[in-house]
Amino acid sequence: MKKILVGLKRVVDYNVRVRVKSDGSGVETDGVKMSINPFDEIALEEALRIKEKGAADEVVVVSIGSADSQQQLRTGLAMGADRAILVETGESVDTLSCARALLEIVNREDPILVIVGKQAIDDDNIQTGQMLATLWNRPAASFASQLEVDGDTVRVVREVDIGLETIEVDLPAVITADLRLNEPRYVKLPDIMKAKKKPLDQIPFADLGVVAGPQIKQVLFEPPSEREKGIMVDDVQGLVAALKDKGLV
Amino acid sequence: MARILLIAEHDGTTLNPSVAKTVACAAEIDAAEIDVVVFAESASQVATEAAGLDSVLRVLTVENAANKHPLGAVLAPQVVALADGYSHIFGPSTTFGKDLMPRVAALLGVNQISDIMSVEGSHTFKRPIYAGSAIVTMEAPADAPVVATVRSASYRAIGGSNSAPVESVECAVELPAHTRFVDLQAGSSDRPDLQTASRVIAGGRALGSEEDFDLIYTLAEKLGAGVGASRAAVDAGYVPNEMQIGQTGKIIAPDLYIAIGISGAIQHLTGIKDAGTIVAINKDEEAPIFEVADIGLVGDLFTILPELSEAL
Repeated sequence: MKKILVGLKRVVDYNVRVRVKSDGSGVETDGVKMSINPFDEIALEEALRIKEKGAADEVVVVSIGSADSQQQLRTGLAMGADRAILVETGESVDTLSCARALLEIVNREDPILVIVGKQAIDDDNIQTGQMLATLWNRPAASFASQLEVDGDTVRVVREVDIGLETIEVDLPAVITADLRLNEPRYVKLPDIMKAKKKPLDQIPFADLGVVAGPQIKQVLFEPPSEREKGIMVDDVQGLVAALKDKGLV
Repeated sequence: MARILLIAEHDGTTLNPSVAKTVACAAEIDAAEIDVVVFAESASQVATEAAGLDSVLRVLTVENAANKHPLGAVLAPQVVALADGYSHIFGPSTTFGKDLMPRVAALLGVNQISDIMSVEGSHTFKRPIYAGSAIVTMEAPADAPVVATVRSASYRAIGGSNSAPVESVECAVELPAHTRFVDLQAGSSDRPDLQTASRVIAGGRALGSEEDFDLIYTLAEKLGAGVGASRAAVDAGYVPNEMQIGQTGKIIAPDLYIAIGISGAIQHLTGIKDAGTIVAINKDEEAPIFEVADIGLVGDLFTILPELSEAL
């Protein structure tokens, strides 16, 4: 059976204005709306489309996090994933440990493709997919804006700083999804009902035997420095005058 | 003492401007000895350029036909083969560095620090998270190599009056064949580079079409400015992806940034907050872009832009 594994991370919703806690110990997450990381949603959509084209048989969504991440996995199941795995931990997990845990799941599931978002919008690390592929000794096609599975290879168009790069990678492979890979589908109510019956396995993080690497401590969280309040001008003349005033034109 | 290995990004002939900024960051670490490594098919031209950067102790070149196109999977094992004895391994926070450095970290069995924006100590750095809504201070352990990318917009390019020695080195490691370069479609290069231009003009969805985006190009030509866009304008197909500014696109720090018809979502603002002066032109006076703008003008861009191009 050809499987695609998709990573879903529970993150503070895209539209929330994130605030730093006054004691500098983190950001406010109490009572804040949580969602699937938008890039992971794109990853899942792509997996579903590959399955719908007949190039895969099963889509499995996996999340590493607290029991609350079941909500995001259920949403993934409602979008169309066949089953879900929650690697459960109450602790925050560093990226290397996260990649090592995913590798354990990969070894158990033996997928042809792992698709994850190119970055999570909370820590903005942009690391997990590349780390997983490296530990797995398989290719990672990062920042994918288009992909085509052709037999044992995938052709991937990547969004890079100077334009679009196309690479070819052998399966199995890791793909990290960029914004323009697709537009994720909306979840319909009957699908939400159906998703409740789909299997969701819970595996304690500790059971995976992940050995953590050296830890980087996050010692202080601060709000960014604010820009000073600017001026409003009434017309183009005013704008040009203001620019000249600052010596910019 | 810190021994820093810095991975050079280049296109085979020219050093990427992010390298001089990454060196500037590395040079802020006390008693840093900075080696820059150039992986290429033929490295001499790029190596000479790298050797000119101030604070660089040595330039190492690894010449191999497999290094013709920068593939992270191919470069990572070579970086690791050279890593012994280095306390820090730095790359630029460009798509090149973002793709490569996590692979290096994984092979070394360490975590990676992304987007260093300031150096607080040899193992202590600040970086933005949540699209810049918070800044976190990270403390890396002293007994493991620090693998990191450097946020170019936070640094000014280091000077270029050096002439460091260039040494050719071998990397006798097996390289994977599972990843192959096919082709690169580079955007037009006749305009100033978005990430190094001292002036940048960007358009948003309000431009309404690819054709009307010409209004932005006309003004940019007048000012010798680079041209960027909001995510919405790229998604709408008005301009190609390499012009996107923001959390998931490019982070820029020009002296002058003019946002036209861009509402200013937090994801866009994180890409421009290091600009010297921000000018916003938008018909919606409530647009969040005005909260960060140094100079704001409310009005219809279709009348303002021709007038502005005329007046400058």
